[in-house]
Amino acid sequence: MNVSVNAAAADPRPAAFYLRIVHGIKRRPWIARLLVIAALILMWEVAARYLVDPMFLSPPSRVATSFDMLFATPGVPAALQATLWELAVAFLISVVIGLPLGLAIGLSRFSYRSFMPIVMLLYGTPQITILPIFILYFGIGPASKIAFGVSHGIFPIVITVVAGVQNIKPILLTSARSMGANRWQIFRWVVFPHMIPSFFAGMRLGMTGVLLGVLLAELYVSTAGIGYFTTMFTQNFDSTRLLGLITTLAAMAVILNEAVRRAELHFGRWRRFEAGRQA
Amino acid sequence: MNDRGSRRDRLLSRLVQAAFVIGLLALWYLATTRWGVSHLLLPNPLLVWREFVDVLSSGEFLPDLAVTLGELAIAFLISSFSGVTVGYLISRSQYLIRVFEPLLAGIYSIPIILFLPLYVLLLGLGPASKIALGGTISFFPIVLSTIAGFGYVERIYITAARSMGATYYQLFRYVLLPAALPVILSGLRMGFTVALLSILGSETLASLAGLGHRIVHLAESMDMARMFAYIVFAVAIAALLNTVVSALEARGKRR
Repeated sequence: MNVSVNAAAADPRPAAFYLRIVHGIKRRPWIARLLVIAALILMWEVAARYLVDPMFLSPPSRVATSFDMLFATPGVPAALQATLWELAVAFLISVVIGLPLGLAIGLSRFSYRSFMPIVMLLYGTPQITILPIFILYFGIGPASKIAFGVSHGIFPIVITVVAGVQNIKPILLTSARSMGANRWQIFRWVVFPHMIPSFFAGMRLGMTGVLLGVLLAELYVSTAGIGYFTTMFTQNFDSTRLLGLITTLAAMAVILNEAVRRAELHFGRWRRFEAGRQA
Repeated sequence: MNDRGSRRDRLLSRLVQAAFVIGLLALWYLATTRWGVSHLLLPNPLLVWREFVDVLSSGEFLPDLAVTLGELAIAFLISSFSGVTVGYLISRSQYLIRVFEPLLAGIYSIPIILFLPLYVLLLGLGPASKIALGGTISFFPIVLSTIAGFGYVERIYITAARSMGATYYQLFRYVLLPAALPVILSGLRMGFTVALLSILGSETLASLAGLGHRIVHLAESMDMARMFAYIVFAVAIAALLNTVVSALEARGKRR
């Protein structure tokens, strides 16, 4: 992976060889991307080793080799597992409520005009301010985290489903109707296939929201779960385990995001043949 | 559909919205007065209103608001300056765009709030950690939209301006900037919203002062009516700021 220029300079092989390497990197941006990531990690390593007190910042080499120590900490694997479970449940609930709600709002002009402003208003409010209320009502267990995740995940799903239903070209509906399709047939053969790409786009945005909501609630509750451990590691200046925990959660988020993004790309394929790009 | 019918429809929609809001308030009121929901869980709306008026008239909110807005201003200044600069530099080469754009978008898809404990460890519980988090989170929409704005200007315009002998300054001032500005302004608005959210969020999670801290403090002392009043206040401030920023964005785009 590391085709660094310094290593190349010490090598006695002819210049054409390095030109080929440079050319190869130029044609493949992902190699340069990996090099940038490697450089960033190297900077972090240098900063943590020589510039910052190790109490505050642990070098990546130590974080990477201390994962076993992190997972051996009593309660950490259980907390991570609980978070993953909360994410899954919150996402599922968001989709199960958001999809029919989006359809109900988007399929009729009247309900669209009546309820869409309310949805946008709720979506626009900073929900973080009501996090203490969620904890108060649902306790410090998984229920409050799931509820807060749903409150973040549901609106993007509703809004994208509504947009997907609304963006169907009127001519398609008119022609279906003129050929004598009934309401169900129009839904099944016109609305439904047009909805699939936006549904998956909504799922992706919903997943982003669910991740934010669940993690916010997890970090807020400092007496149990992830929040307990981040608080404890911070107070003990245990930056190695803190960074290990953050990295694990970030990796979890990346995997979940990537999964729904792949699903979106897969199920949105047929749309690409159309002229207009899906918003 | 004829005109009268659509007007009646619109009126009916407004009516439904009003009924929704009034119904919610009525439910809230009835729940606290008739159905005996504990006032520790749900305070009486009239009491909340009285507290809200008290918060406003006593000026008690000022120090917390000043802290929150100060953090927001510094964080947004840092992220907009660095985001536009870095985005512009990256956008100057198609190759750099292809290297950095997916990288930045990938990092942006991680919930950056995760790094708050690290920032608190490095910078303490004071405003510095909030500014750092707000700046980090809002950097990404700004840099991504700047890349999108400057990087995808139609080549034909650039070629035309060059062939007519435009200097680099002229090219930037009359071709690149007008083409990129609407996209950048959208990014700046998004960055502002995200910065506000993350600063309120980090104040809620770990802080010593600010609106988010005040709400948590009141929740922990179970002063529910005042907490609800502060939530209303914070939501109103956020709505006001977002409206102002959206108006500025629209104005900047019209020019």
